[in-house]
Amino acid sequence: MNNKQKFSEVGRSVRKVDAMGLATGRAKFTDDYEMPGMLHAKLLRSPHAHARIRSIRTAKARALPGVAAVLTYKDVPRVPFTTAGQGYPEPSPYDDFILDDKVRFVGDKVALVAAETDEIAGEALKLIEVEYEELPAVLDPRKAMRSSAPVIHDEKECYIAIPVPYEPERNRAARVEAVVGNVEKGVMEAEVAVEDEFENQTASHSALEPHCALSWLDENDRLNIISSTQVPYHARRIVSRALQIPVKRIRVIKPRLGGGFGGKQEVLLEPYVGILTLKTGRPVKMRLTRKEVFTSARVRHNMITKVQVAARKDGELTAIDLYALSNTGAYGTHGLTVASNVGTRTLTMFRCPNMRFSSDVVYTNLSVSGAYRGYGGTQGILATAITMDDLAERLGMDPVDFYLKNIIGGGAEVPILKELGEGPVLGQPRVSSCELAACIKAGMEAIGWKKKRGRPGGGRFRRGIGMSVMMQGSSIPYIDMGSAFIKMNDDGSFNLLMGATDIGQGSDTVLAQMAAEVLTVKTDDIIVYSSDTDLTPFDVGAYASSTTYLSGAAVKQTAEKVREQILHVGAALLNTTPGKVHLSGGCVIGPGGKSVTLKEVGTSSLYEKDQFQISASASSISHESPPPFAAHFVEVEVDRATGKVRVLEYVQAVDCGTPINPVLARGQAIGALINGISYALVEQYIYNSKGAMLNPGYGYYKIFCTKDIPKITTIFVPSYEPTGPFGAKSVGEVCISGPLPAISNAIYDAVDVRLHRTPFTPDKVLEAIHARRRG
Amino acid sequence: MKKIKLTITVNGKKHTLRIAPNLRLLDLLRDELRLTGTKEGCGIGECGACTVILDGKAVNSCLVLAGRCDGSEIITIEGLARDGALHPLQQSFIDHGAVQCGFCTPGMILSAKALLDENQRPTEKDIRVAIAGNLCRCTGYKQIVQAIQTVADREKTP
Repeated sequence: MNNKQKFSEVGRSVRKVDAMGLATGRAKFTDDYEMPGMLHAKLLRSPHAHARIRSIRTAKARALPGVAAVLTYKDVPRVPFTTAGQGYPEPSPYDDFILDDKVRFVGDKVALVAAETDEIAGEALKLIEVEYEELPAVLDPRKAMRSSAPVIHDEKECYIAIPVPYEPERNRAARVEAVVGNVEKGVMEAEVAVEDEFENQTASHSALEPHCALSWLDENDRLNIISSTQVPYHARRIVSRALQIPVKRIRVIKPRLGGGFGGKQEVLLEPYVGILTLKTGRPVKMRLTRKEVFTSARVRHNMITKVQVAARKDGELTAIDLYALSNTGAYGTHGLTVASNVGTRTLTMFRCPNMRFSSDVVYTNLSVSGAYRGYGGTQGILATAITMDDLAERLGMDPVDFYLKNIIGGGAEVPILKELGEGPVLGQPRVSSCELAACIKAGMEAIGWKKKRGRPGGGRFRRGIGMSVMMQGSSIPYIDMGSAFIKMNDDGSFNLLMGATDIGQGSDTVLAQMAAEVLTVKTDDIIVYSSDTDLTPFDVGAYASSTTYLSGAAVKQTAEKVREQILHVGAALLNTTPGKVHLSGGCVIGPGGKSVTLKEVGTSSLYEKDQFQISASASSISHESPPPFAAHFVEVEVDRATGKVRVLEYVQAVDCGTPINPVLARGQAIGALINGISYALVEQYIYNSKGAMLNPGYGYYKIFCTKDIPKITTIFVPSYEPTGPFGAKSVGEVCISGPLPAISNAIYDAVDVRLHRTPFTPDKVLEAIHARRRG
Repeated sequence: MKKIKLTITVNGKKHTLRIAPNLRLLDLLRDELRLTGTKEGCGIGECGACTVILDGKAVNSCLVLAGRCDGSEIITIEGLARDGALHPLQQSFIDHGAVQCGFCTPGMILSAKALLDENQRPTEKDIRVAIAGNLCRCTGYKQIVQAIQTVADREKTP
């Protein structure tokens, strides 16, 4: 471990570079932009889960004063595309159209309106006359692949652009299978084996800012789009495909973003404002209502997971067999990759010779699933961590000892990654840094595991304690790319231009700290601009926990190139050679301690001698996806009379490599944790028998507020990732995956019932307690 | 719709306007006065992003008709910093890492201000209750409560 290295700007909790604007209300989010002559757009949404549009009449809507355009499927290009903002070619099927003559879920788009005001656009929607032919719907993923099931994607155009199984005729959007060793043999060799089944619920990302986009044509007839996107470059490419206009005619600008969590890794609005701007020649803004965010944006994949784990008497794992039936909803966005991550994010953690992961990803006529913080890891860890808790008990082992016996350590080879990775894998995949064992020990100490476990107490309120372990990745190896550009100014400050996408997580700050570290200046001296497809170099965007690790590497390399140029100019000013000078404390220092400041270097390079722009660009791809790890420990109180579960205390110990900015890293860890606890206890989509969501608002879709927050302790264990910039790996997603199984295990410790279906609402807990009493 | 006349003081500045009778206070602030620091997260009073201070009370400006604010005093996030100096709550939010995406921040700060204006010695529970109507999905709230507590503690000591 090489964490003793001394850094100046890295490792410090410098103030967020955008904090001032955000705290004073001056920061501009997409909806805060306006253009003269701007129209307001709205989509008519389907009331049916599955229906064909027999006729659609728009004359009355068009006649309404103030309406500028009404578009139906007859007016837009019929080009299949995916809204999933992923690398190209996307591993998601091209199964969506801007508008179609078929609707596939309640909330699907039917027609598009632009009007002078939001209110008129809303009135116009009511005047569109649609005649639907209702079709039988698939509302249960378990029934999707039955031969009697209606086919959701019966259009001939849908396909997937990469060579993977895709069978829309069976409602199967993707299939995954990966094996290491021989699972049947592993089970035979075991003395104890446990099999179980779990189901996690659909959930909303609930970023506080609803999706928004604004487009206009500039003086060169180019389509400009400001969008609340996590993926500006993918948005540009997908708009190009959907609207059939060249990439060079499109510019996507990302302003401040009000959170994403995966929900804005989808190109949901850009094609709609874009086509309206092309048709009307006018600026167009579209903003989802909160209700639409719930019903028509993206959700976490609901999955039914089946797992078998087997071990010898001494606790050594001999087999893990994991299967996920993943409900991708009406469109297959992120279907394949979220499913494969169910396996990746669980099996990687264990030293076990026999492992299998398989998955069927099925279409249903329900909400469309997509990327969501945790990205399959959440679903996989739910299943494995509860089953392993069970297995440990049957072995007579403390789960802590069971994990310490079976988890990987630093330098471990991970053969399953070869079978499950998204990109090509060269050589034997391995994990360089891993302090999971240290996380388990630190967390266990902090919560008082030994003295609290197995002591539920008596009476109505019982206490219990549970744990889980989890991991994520840092970027997608050989697929993701980040790049940066830095130029130097005459006062010794620098512009850092990046495609890396700050969506609120603080990447502008963290990446500026890295540039400042290399250039030996303060973070304040780095002026950050992200992201704009015309002005900033390419980056895949904010997803796959890639930014700190991957875009960070690009920024570091860029700054190192700039440093070389500075040394050249500095050496000339000091009448010496570049080999004899170095950069320190914002000065180029030569022999005998003679020095010039960065201001002198910058001014000289622009105005005085052999003038040139000190500047550089560098790109980075990743060869590994180093996992951050975490161990979670939770103490709960269960009310046996009502079934209500209250979290009393939560301890998380995290290995994220070097936290580049400890306050921001902590913010990511706690934010993910609270989202995870909220998901485990209160959040859920309630559908009626026709597939309509009944609770599309915070009144009935509860998310945690300040009153719900338990005592939380977050520990960062010392760690250093040798392949990461300054020893860093990711921290954004990992901690969301622990609460589901940790809380379930704690409930078991308290009241002796295992919960398999999430969320752990009082009705489910009470039912389980009653079922146990009945025996 | 017939417009109505409205006189309203926003951040100490008096405005006289003619507005539609169904205009929300939120729209008056954002669209008519271009004070876009006030955010819309749900439009039905469930998320708190549009919180402003109306005659001393924190309110969801999406639930208030502008027309009923005749003669009222409003404070928005833009009205907190004075002569370039941040309000102590703004500074404390920044210092504690209580700002992540920042979309809930204006409403959160104004709910906190309304609390501290009324109760100079709030307990942690008072703080949690005062901002319970302001949802945040990024931070997990812990840093926000600490940021407010720090300001309250500082103001307690003479």
